[in-house]
Amino acid sequence: MDAHLSIEKLTIRYGERAVVRDLTLAAPRNQILGIVGPAGSGKSSLLTCLNRTLELQAGASATGTVKLSGENVEAIDTAELRRRVAMVLPLPVGLPMSVYDNVALAPRLAGVRRIELDEIVERCLTQAALWDEVKDRLDMLGTRLSGGQQQRLTLARALSTDPEVLCLDEFSIAIDPVTTMRIEAVLCELKARMTIVMVTNLLAQARRIADVTAFMLNGELVEAGPTGQLFVFARDRRTSDYLAGKFG
Amino acid sequence: MDAPAPLAHTPLATRHRDQRLAELALATATAMAALPALAIVGFIIWKGAPALSWAFFTEMPVSGMTKGGIAPAIVGTLWMVGVSLLFSVPVGILAGIYLSEYAGNSRFARVVDLAIVNLAGVPSIVHALFGLGAFVLFLDFGTSILSAGLTLGVMTLPVIITSTKAALQSVPHPFRVACWNLGITRWQTIWHVVLPNALPGILTGVILQVSRAAGETAPVLFTGAAFYLPMFPTTVWDQTMTLSMHVFALVTQVPNVPENMKYGTALVLLGVVLCFNSFAIALRFYLRRRRKW
Repeated sequence: MDAHLSIEKLTIRYGERAVVRDLTLAAPRNQILGIVGPAGSGKSSLLTCLNRTLELQAGASATGTVKLSGENVEAIDTAELRRRVAMVLPLPVGLPMSVYDNVALAPRLAGVRRIELDEIVERCLTQAALWDEVKDRLDMLGTRLSGGQQQRLTLARALSTDPEVLCLDEFSIAIDPVTTMRIEAVLCELKARMTIVMVTNLLAQARRIADVTAFMLNGELVEAGPTGQLFVFARDRRTSDYLAGKFG
Repeated sequence: MDAPAPLAHTPLATRHRDQRLAELALATATAMAALPALAIVGFIIWKGAPALSWAFFTEMPVSGMTKGGIAPAIVGTLWMVGVSLLFSVPVGILAGIYLSEYAGNSRFARVVDLAIVNLAGVPSIVHALFGLGAFVLFLDFGTSILSAGLTLGVMTLPVIITSTKAALQSVPHPFRVACWNLGITRWQTIWHVVLPNALPGILTGVILQVSRAAGETAPVLFTGAAFYLPMFPTTVWDQTMTLSMHVFALVTQVPNVPENMKYGTALVLLGVVLCFNSFAIALRFYLRRRRKW
């Protein structure tokens, strides 16, 4: 297996309290890695280590290593790392600027030339299944879009830096089922171009689109494996109980 | 059973009477708050308006300030406010940005916050003495527009810092997080996303301090305001007359000044301050309508 992103012996602490303990996990290239587990199992904290946004939280610290294509992320400039490892958060955020600028902002600030921006905006909005709805009103404020549209705008923005890894943290909790299905379809297309790490609370979602699923409980990785196999033949009793809906 | 009687047991007429009484009390208090303001403005217009003329605005005072205009006082006020802004706006806004976006809840930030709150409560006459000691004497700027402007700047600094900080904090945090996750640096996030959306609040705070700086007498009294100097300043090292000082001088120091000249000067001062304030209100109104979230 070609691990695009590999996490080795990662421990995350907020103050003294460890929320992720000694976790080792790999995200295979051009596949969707689903991470499931009950609330408080450390899934979101784990994601913040992948693009080093954990460092922005006071009192948080991490030990262990995260490697992107074999390169330790600690050695990568944070701005560059966050352009290569994109992040979509649970709540949609339309930035208070036009739809166009929402998508063009990050590439523009990263030094992409003006003439290339139109193409980036159209490509990303198309990839995020939003282009047809907004192509005639790109100057409209991003904050005025509906919740489902804003989440697709958030996705388009995440794609604007042409990332090699796309992380999504429960992207569907604040949006409607129709938008959720559209984004899931988008993710299945996108994985041909990038590696996707998807944290989700919805087991059915992981089952539908994740190629590999990892189950976390209380900050530890219980087990990980090909999705079909994990859902049917989990090795650990806790995994099969969780996947069967007995707790969580 | 001491439980309050259920609402339904109070007769309807009593409830209506209580309602009217409450409304009356609130309306009376509101009127009492508004009345002095209207009375002051009305009285000063009534007494001062006859003095206003083109000559009053454009000519030098003559005959020991009992005749002529107040031109140097108007120009001097603008100079001093200008100098104070050149100091307090950059320093205040940069400090506000630091406190809001970088300092977090560090010990340093808490100490600075405490200092700012206390600085805001310092009486203006104390600022005047500080200005005299620090700028006029210690830094040897002499009694000059520079000294007086800096004194006014120090006086207005706390409110500019506080309003800048509050305006920045009113920009929702998720906007920042979204930017950081895109590899946009902290400073780029502030410059391109946070600051443009905080600008209305920042400007409102600044303009309200402009009107305060224009209206204060004490801070300029020992630091740069001239009693009687019928000429326009040419550099920041000059002394100058100011409107607030001129009102003070005409009312308390000079004999035989016509009544309407005193009130006319006060009216011009009031007009300058109200102009700045209404500009701030209009700006806030305009920018609020363009709120982006």
